[in-house]
Amino acid sequence: MRFLKAFGLFWYDFVIGDDWKIAAYVVVTLALVAVLAVNDVLSDGATVIVGTAVTMAFFALGVRYDARRAQR
Amino acid sequence: MDGTTAALVSAVFFASFVEFVEAFTIVLAMGVTRGWRSAITGTVAALIALTAFTAVLGVAISTWLSESLLQLTIGTLLLIFGLQWLRKACLRASGLKALHDEDAEFAEQTEAAREADRTTYAGIDLFGFMVSFKGVFLEGVEVVFIVVTFGLSADALGMAVAGAVVAGVIVIALGVALRKPLSRIPENTLKYGVGVMLASFGTYWALEGVGYFRDGEESLHWPGGKVALIVLVAGWFAVTRLVIAGLGRSRTSAPTEAAA
Repeated sequence: MRFLKAFGLFWYDFVIGDDWKIAAYVVVTLALVAVLAVNDVLSDGATVIVGTAVTMAFFALGVRYDARRAQR
Repeated sequence: MDGTTAALVSAVFFASFVEFVEAFTIVLAMGVTRGWRSAITGTVAALIALTAFTAVLGVAISTWLSESLLQLTIGTLLLIFGLQWLRKACLRASGLKALHDEDAEFAEQTEAAREADRTTYAGIDLFGFMVSFKGVFLEGVEVVFIVVTFGLSADALGMAVAGAVVAGVIVIALGVALRKPLSRIPENTLKYGVGVMLASFGTYWALEGVGYFRDGEESLHWPGGKVALIVLVAGWFAVTRLVIAGLGRSRTSAPTEAAA
């Protein structure tokens, strides 16, 4: 049991790291892109551009949020 | 070697280089305080474990995953790793997080090693062995992920492995020659550059791989094909510069988060 817990914690720390928000918004963005792609809402090119723009926006907002918390 | 492979090998080389520098600091600290026998044994044991891990990971993901699922899995991991590196780089550049300092890390490790009790097994100091093993293995796992994922996605595993091996040889050679932490290497700048590369390749492959959910599991196509990678590198660089500029303007007297 202790080994399983340590194993799980190792992978959580390795993949999620010290900011869980990054993994969360990457998954949310990919889910959004999957919805667009599966339903053929946009062309492939437009879909990946939207996905990139959303990821970059999430990243900028996430870092800004962390910075504001650090300044408090 | 085409442009994409050259960029890939460079990213693997620099990512491996900074991870090896960090691992070297830990092994050096154990070597000078707990003895070289335990530090080197721990390092060799970690390298054997990493070799086995690389073989299992490489075979598993190349055998079980379809092309689009491989791109999605690998791209998502690289994107998450890349954004973690970039987040730290932005916070460091704006003074909200302490810069990573190998001299400080070495001092911290040697102090902890001097205070720890000595327990030996077959002539090997267990503290020195375990700390060296953990340091090399944990830093090495990230290198393995980057090598395997970059190598398989670009169908250039040999080149990716070569990039990491050359980085390891250079770090060991520098370490043996200087016999002190490699603190003069611009580690924070290298980490920023690697973060941009990981985020760019990760974005490219993760979004391409989303096609896995469509009928036929066909990957999505980027406008311009691989040329889009250059635009992504420029895009991530521009976004991080804007974020850093924005943080610099809004910063007052913020407490500095410890380096990691």
